[in-house]
Amino acid sequence: MNSTRTWRVRLAVQAVRMVNGLSRRLGRGAGTVVGGRIGLLFAPDLLHALSRERTIILVSGTNGKTTTAAMVRAGWDGDVAGNDTGANMLQGHVAALCASPARRVVLETDEAWLAMVVAATTPRVVVLLNLSRDQLDRANEVRQMALRWRACLAAETFDGVVVANAADPLVAFAAETARRIRWVDVPSSWRGDATSCPHCTRAIKFVEGHWSCVCGFAKPTDVSATLGDGFEIDGEAFVLDLALPGDFNRVNAAFALTALAQCEVVVAAALARVGALTTVEGRYGRRRFEQRTLRLLLAKNPAGTAALLESLDPADEVWIAINAQIADGRDPSWLYDVPFESLRGAHVVCLGERRLDLATRLLYAGVPCEVAEDLAVLRRGRGNVTLVANYTAFREWMGRTTPW
Amino acid sequence: MVRIGLLYPDLLGTYGDGGNAAVLAARANARDMDAKVVPVTIGEALAPADIYLLGGGEDGPQRLACDLLRDAGFVERVHDGAHVLAVCAGLQILGTTFSIEGDASYPGLGLVDATTTRGPMRSVGDLATMASGRMMVGFENHGGVTVLGEGVSALGEVLVGRGNDGRVDGYRTSTMWATYAHGPVLAQNPWLADEVLSVVTGQELTPWPSVADSLYAQRCGSLSTRRSVVGRIARRH
Ligand SMILES: [Zn+2]
Repeated sequence: MNSTRTWRVRLAVQAVRMVNGLSRRLGRGAGTVVGGRIGLLFAPDLLHALSRERTIILVSGTNGKTTTAAMVRAGWDGDVAGNDTGANMLQGHVAALCASPARRVVLETDEAWLAMVVAATTPRVVVLLNLSRDQLDRANEVRQMALRWRACLAAETFDGVVVANAADPLVAFAAETARRIRWVDVPSSWRGDATSCPHCTRAIKFVEGHWSCVCGFAKPTDVSATLGDGFEIDGEAFVLDLALPGDFNRVNAAFALTALAQCEVVVAAALARVGALTTVEGRYGRRRFEQRTLRLLLAKNPAGTAALLESLDPADEVWIAINAQIADGRDPSWLYDVPFESLRGAHVVCLGERRLDLATRLLYAGVPCEVAEDLAVLRRGRGNVTLVANYTAFREWMGRTTPW
Repeated sequence: MVRIGLLYPDLLGTYGDGGNAAVLAARANARDMDAKVVPVTIGEALAPADIYLLGGGEDGPQRLACDLLRDAGFVERVHDGAHVLAVCAGLQILGTTFSIEGDASYPGLGLVDATTTRGPMRSVGDLATMASGRMMVGFENHGGVTVLGEGVSALGEVLVGRGNDGRVDGYRTSTMWATYAHGPVLAQNPWLADEVLSVVTGQELTPWPSVADSLYAQRCGSLSTRRSVVGRIARRH
């Protein structure tokens, strides 16, 4: 592989490794983004050069990218490269490919970067999980995203396999013109962003697991894989037994397994490895905060948060930490799209810079809550805690807690 | 009984705008008034209401919502005395014309002399205005520039952000409130929620202190320190 690389690419790879190694030693985090950025200065086509002769799976979508990518990585077995720090844009991908010579690669890809990364890496498989509103102050409208996906995956431009969510009309719209599609049918309750047809803007009707529009746009019926009580792929049925909690993780696993099946991986073996995952980037697993036990969950947008709320342990205290930094989206109004009403009866504590926005939202949802002005209050309690946090708040809490 | 008509949440509700309905209902209930939120979705008849809420949305859905309202007899309802709180795309729909993808000038409902064209760039960020002597806080995300006709009053003067045109935001008629501040503007501005509720019900409201007042105070405090605000407030006095 090295022989085909130009001197510029080799220089760039050295630079990325050096900068990221230095950054790690200085304690400035994983440093993947800064190294990747410098490498791209040396060789703008670096991602393309690094992708040659590798089998690449891209995972994109509004929710579940990180977990699904981790499942693909676990399920593939052996040496798999990937951007495991969640650096899911170009620089992070470059850093991941510089860090590992593995032939198998899974890249979690930010929705807005998908077109560029597809063009640069020529992936074997692109997984499209779902598409819903997320940080609209940054990415603007979700339909525009679906159009851009559609353009980069169309048969004229992309030759790989698209593993796509048949239950999500916006994803179906993005994938339907691809050359090779593997539709995955999964249960889904979120349809807040897809009630108006992406083709004609008329109403999409959802009836008993099917959806359709009068213009003819409808849920694909030629599905390759179906998630119900079990998981069925190409006519073969499996029991989906996961250590990770929540129905949304069963959905993530269905996509991971379907993607792996496109890369000559035996589904049963992959499933055993995926099922054994207990934590992904600090999420889901039990962590310690002083004398208390916390389970950390990352929630960035309405659909993702709604899914998490369904999986809460009723015995747990629920702490919710909301920030509005640039990485979170500066506008916390998405809280009003989350069905917090389901928290009535739980012991809820509001945390983070925008805890008053959250407490106001809960007031209007009829959910009594406590606003924690400092952490001392929290140390005193006893019960187990599920902590739901958005991006930068999640990072703060990862720093405050340690694994059990 | 206050009937709150939430118009096409399936088309216009991109930024948590449905929260405005929940806020009005909760604040009515807190004053021992019955309130009912009636969502009107695509394909449903326009239910009667004391106040209709219109939210923000993307271009295609905005055009569709406008057509549906035209056919549903919404204009007549407003002429008959129904109130309206309109946000962002909703603000544009009630006006004379607006410009969206594929249409340089699309006819609005003509309830207000307000013409919207596409601005040179999108405005995304905090929006603060001075409306009837009080600060209104919110968040805007739109690419429209709205020009009000002779005699149409704006809802507020812009302190932070752009609003209609960088000078003023929204409009206010005897039955309508319109603003570019999406993201439950009534949740962030409890005084405005009570003003709307008071006008709609024709009743004086007793104060109802809550955490929403703390949120409002915090947002005002943090936005007031922006240099542009300090300058503008100084110029006003
Ligand atoms: Zn259609």
